[in-house]
Amino acid sequence: MRIEEHPILDFKRGKEITFFFDGQEIKSFEGETIAAALHAAGVRILGHSQTMHRPRGLFCAIGNCSSCLMVVNGEPNVRICVEKVQPGLRVETQQGKGCLK
Amino acid sequence: MSEVKDIEILIIGGGPAGLSAAAAAADLGASVLVLERDGKLGGQLVKQTHKFFGSKKQYAGDRGFQIGDLLIGTCENNSKVEVWSDTTALGIYEDGVVTAERDGKHLKIKPKKIILATGASEKMIAFPNNDMPGIFGAGAVQTLMNVHGIVPGKRVLMIGAGNIGLIVSYQLMQAGVEVAAIIEAAPAIGGYLVHASKIRRAGVPILTSHTIQEAYGKDSVEGAIICQLDDKWQAIPGTEQDLKVDVICLAVGLSPLTELCFQADCQMKYVPELSGHVPLRNDYLETTRPGLYVAGDVSGVEEASSAMVEGRLAGISAAFSLGYGKDLAPKLQAEALAELSELRSGPAGQKTLQGIRKLMDKGEALC
Repeated sequence: MRIEEHPILDFKRGKEITFFFDGQEIKSFEGETIAAALHAAGVRILGHSQTMHRPRGLFCAIGNCSSCLMVVNGEPNVRICVEKVQPGLRVETQQGKGCLK
Repeated sequence: MSEVKDIEILIIGGGPAGLSAAAAAADLGASVLVLERDGKLGGQLVKQTHKFFGSKKQYAGDRGFQIGDLLIGTCENNSKVEVWSDTTALGIYEDGVVTAERDGKHLKIKPKKIILATGASEKMIAFPNNDMPGIFGAGAVQTLMNVHGIVPGKRVLMIGAGNIGLIVSYQLMQAGVEVAAIIEAAPAIGGYLVHASKIRRAGVPILTSHTIQEAYGKDSVEGAIICQLDDKWQAIPGTEQDLKVDVICLAVGLSPLTELCFQADCQMKYVPELSGHVPLRNDYLETTRPGLYVAGDVSGVEEASSAMVEGRLAGISAAFSLGYGKDLAPKLQAEALAELSELRSGPAGQKTLQGIRKLMDKGEALC
């Protein structure tokens, strides 16, 4: 959920853009990370662990912890907490280690 | 063969320590390059909405993000400072070459001096289901809320009543999120009372001698079981409480991000008071690898105020060692050292001072 009013901060959002999460259309704003846009849309499960297949979510949000790896435009293991949204981007849940092309 | 970039001082990390170092070194005349992994400078300062303490020189009374903007402005307007953002430092080699990555390109830099200001990363604690979506580090909650303007959920359990736990709880309330409770395993609140009082006045319980037993939920957090601890830190049976929360926020401390120090073969030592493995260094923050300085949380976890002074000290010292500020630098170094002593004169500073003494005690075994 997005904060509309804040006592201290004024959020200047960029222009609205649309990308795709597992084929579903997601609205977001220019300058946001993929993780932020997905959270705003209520998506918290970003993938599953490789061995135990346990659900994985956002943890550090600064590109440190590798909890948020997803497939972006066909490229696996992208840290979506530091990768910005772009119009038409295809973000997909990653299966296992992903496959490098 | 890719081209090698020559520079006088390379600073790795564009947070409070790194930017202060860059401004100080450039003011004395040195040419500086700052590498920043993120797209934006300022480090964690840009997420801080609270007002800082200390003296005027340490920006007391200003909010963290305002201080961040000020430091960014100072560096951007200084022609001696070059910034490479979205650039991750990869390695420091024996011949002094530093490698980095940007846009999938492998870059090489040959600096005369290096200042590491890489900061710290969130610590984790062990409990069943601690890997579930909905469990965040406190820094992640700040990033979502204060940078992107997105709330992490509806109802939060905060773990840790140090300054970060208290401040982020207050920020959650400012963003309209309910904080169910703050729990702290220690018998006393670790953070400043001024932050704790604000939270208690708002009706949020701060439960000391309490810990989390487990998180539960189907695919993401739906609740947590907490319990009370006795004076030996053991769970007291029958004190369990079930809190319905969709977010668990961990504010259980930070660890210095010292990978590059280890890799550069700096002598390291484990000092709990400084929150982990830290490099040995002299009063002017030069490590055992000549020409390599550290500043900020990487040299021992503290606060942004001291990180900025440390950055300034390292910047002055590195520039001075290159022959800049022959008359001025010693005076500026003495000023910075005096400011650090003043910042560390309070109760929280005693721990840091004890840590630094332990770190530099030659009698103990090194690792």
